[in-house]
Amino acid sequence: MTSTAKQPKPRGRRQLNKHIHLAAHFPGVNNTTVWTDPRSRSQIDFASFEHLARTAERGLFDFFFLAEGLRLREHKGRVHDLDVVGRPESLTVLNALAAVTERLGLAATVNATFNEPYETARRFATLDHLSGGRAAWNVVTSSDAFTGENFRRGGYLDRADRYTRAAEFVATARELWDSWTPEGQPRPFAHTGQHFDIEGEFTLPRSPQGHPVVIQAGDSPEGREFAASAADVIFTRHGTPEAGRAFYADVKGRLAKYGRTAGDLKIMPGVTVVLGDTAAEAQERAAGIRRQQVSPQNALLTLEQIWGVDLSSYDPDGPLPDIDPVVDSGLSQGRTKRGDPRAVAEQWRALSRAKGLSIRQTVIETTTRQSFIGTPQAVAAELDEFVQSDAADGFILVPHLTPSGLDEFVDQVVPLLQERGAYRTEYTGTTLRSHLGLKEPVPPAREEGLTA
Amino acid sequence: MTASTGRGLLHLAAAVDQPDTYEADPYLTLTRLAERGALDFVTLGDSFGRPGPDALAVLSRVAPATARIGLVPTVTTTHTEPFHVQAAVATLDWVSRGRAGWRPEVSATEEEARLFGRRAAAPAAELWGEAGEVADVATRLWDSWEDDAEIRDVATGRFIDREKLHYVDFQGATFSVRGPSIVPRPPQGHPVTVVDTTQQHAYDVAARHADVALVNAAGPAQAAAVRAGLRRRAAEYGRDPDALRVLAALRIDLGGGEHAAVPGHGGGGPLPSDLGPLYRGGPVDLADLVTAWHRAGAVDGFHLTPVVPRRDLERLVNGTVPLLQHRGLFRTFYPGSTFREHLGLARPANQYAALAGDLS
Ligand SMILES: Cc1cc2nc3c(=O)[nH]c(=O)nc-3n(C[C@H](O)[C@H](O)[C@H](O)COP(=O)(O)O)c2cc1C
Repeated sequence: MTSTAKQPKPRGRRQLNKHIHLAAHFPGVNNTTVWTDPRSRSQIDFASFEHLARTAERGLFDFFFLAEGLRLREHKGRVHDLDVVGRPESLTVLNALAAVTERLGLAATVNATFNEPYETARRFATLDHLSGGRAAWNVVTSSDAFTGENFRRGGYLDRADRYTRAAEFVATARELWDSWTPEGQPRPFAHTGQHFDIEGEFTLPRSPQGHPVVIQAGDSPEGREFAASAADVIFTRHGTPEAGRAFYADVKGRLAKYGRTAGDLKIMPGVTVVLGDTAAEAQERAAGIRRQQVSPQNALLTLEQIWGVDLSSYDPDGPLPDIDPVVDSGLSQGRTKRGDPRAVAEQWRALSRAKGLSIRQTVIETTTRQSFIGTPQAVAAELDEFVQSDAADGFILVPHLTPSGLDEFVDQVVPLLQERGAYRTEYTGTTLRSHLGLKEPVPPAREEGLTA
Repeated sequence: MTASTGRGLLHLAAAVDQPDTYEADPYLTLTRLAERGALDFVTLGDSFGRPGPDALAVLSRVAPATARIGLVPTVTTTHTEPFHVQAAVATLDWVSRGRAGWRPEVSATEEEARLFGRRAAAPAAELWGEAGEVADVATRLWDSWEDDAEIRDVATGRFIDREKLHYVDFQGATFSVRGPSIVPRPPQGHPVTVVDTTQQHAYDVAARHADVALVNAAGPAQAAAVRAGLRRRAAEYGRDPDALRVLAALRIDLGGGEHAAVPGHGGGGPLPSDLGPLYRGGPVDLADLVTAWHRAGAVDGFHLTPVVPRRDLERLVNGTVPLLQHRGLFRTFYPGSTFREHLGLARPANQYAALAGDLS
């Protein structure tokens, strides 16, 4: 008794009271999405989007998320054909989803390099009006000459310019969102900066959320700084407890200098979940999904992306190549790089030798392990722990099946999170800001000038 | 099919524009009303130069809550990216299951140019030339995926047959696009292109690219002449003139009882007004006007802009449309499900697939 009394009070969950935020990521155009499964449906039909959005709303998720890619990926100079490809344009889909959902937040990824502030601010303000305050904008900065070939703007911006442009882009959008008077009268704006020199009147009154929620996805120091200064949510790849805690501390630590507090920026890693009735069954299912994700062809392709050369003569069930990778070969275009190819190749060869793995087995082993694997109880506990230990504020769940990939999670895990007191049992507000517990942006005072 | 005399199917469309309206419901109400009248399509205007929401967004919001009616937002081409424009229109076609159209328009004012700060204002004639190029590249990008490009071939591990995806390599006067589109070919192949020739300088773009052209005319004889002229020009561009629907644009003010305010006004023709021809009177005489023009083979139909949105659309749907149906001039239900089917227009062949066919 006495010894227990000396110990610090256990950190009771309900006292911590950190609620988990959840989002549903529509399956992307990469090999996380399994199209060979008989349950896999269209990536394009509205019915698929509607299914996943309704599932997410049934699960009381904060938001539904759509990624974007403005040029089809290429490999060896040809359109990449092994993964799902082709998708409808995000904002248009979200406006349609606003008709079949009532509370769910609706997040679209829209590039800040290949768009202009006036039009983008207008499209998001429109979504916010039409959805009654549920719009979110994932500001991405991918910019390469390859993608530029589809646009008037063309060209390429280096990383520093990408983020100064993105920061000024978002700041300008906020000026536009703020431009009408609270009484609903248009008021002229003028913005002059490094990237934009524009003036006039915005075409919409202040939208229900004031400003749509701003999400950032990017990991460089510039990206983190941009998020700390301007974003409401970060979509991150740091989905393990250790990496998550480090990232969380790093980014939240950057907030103070912008006059912001920890609650103003939510960290949500993209994660995958595999459930089973027993731990063993979940592991077995997870391994089965990984085999589906890494077809023999996909294994070779993954290797070619690292080695930077044609490896089509290699046997996916045979050993890894002895030759060294060619750095910056340009073999693959339009996808994110995995780090220094020589180091990766060396690691993979070592792994293959140590465990006696073939090419395909090595790729399966290294690239696609799911984030949370287990029984619904175990997964609920892990998710909760992840958030309570400040490795994240919530999760963007990336299902591997279109469109039914989150059905089980919503049916089996959400009720357990609710039982733990870690998740809402109903939507208490109508806007995405209210779901996320974010402050309403304060409209500028009437007499304040709008000129930047 | 519409006969060359114009005495085929009658086509009716209505504008659902409403001032100072930013939420979805009022647009939904009007579109549903138009759909109850079995109208071919609704239009919603858009401009960066005046208050209003993004029109394509509004009609996307309306799409899942309606079932058959065509949805035609104005989409401006001057300060927007052609690649984004085509993707958004294709997506409207996906979310509406084959009911999308678009009405290209230009932004010619200095004020609009300053909202973007990217290019100086240019003369409308020049900008309509560019709009034509945007319409051109849009159809190419819609065709850049063949309909059967998605194969899901487990044996070879291939999701698509990349031979059925095409670069468009379009080089216009002011922009270039590599392609292919990021959006697979939309359900209609090409969403319907509606060109408003009451805009100065849009005439040639209509003759060349429009599936539906909106025209101004003071009476049936003038309308017939404009229609014949457009069809001739379309033929000069190598098009089948029967693949062009010409609709008279008419503002309607149905506030004045059952019959026309001015005797003979309905049957005789609309009155000129600053905003184009205006019919003022009751739904019955409007039905007479539509009947007379249609019987004369003057036009393929009408695009009607209610002066008082809700009131006039209600009178149109409850008064004029039933009369036209009773006379056997207008459909009583939608026999087809896509907008093209309402218009009696074929689903276009894929220009790249046709090419491949020629080679083999
Ligand atoms: C989790 C995550 C998701 C992303 N999603 C997209 C996307 O959908 N579309 C896109 O163009 N870029 C996307 N990006 C790319 C980022 O916007 C950014 O361009 C990239 O991470 C490089 O920026 P950085 O150097 O700051 O990391 C994503 C990045 C991350 C980390």
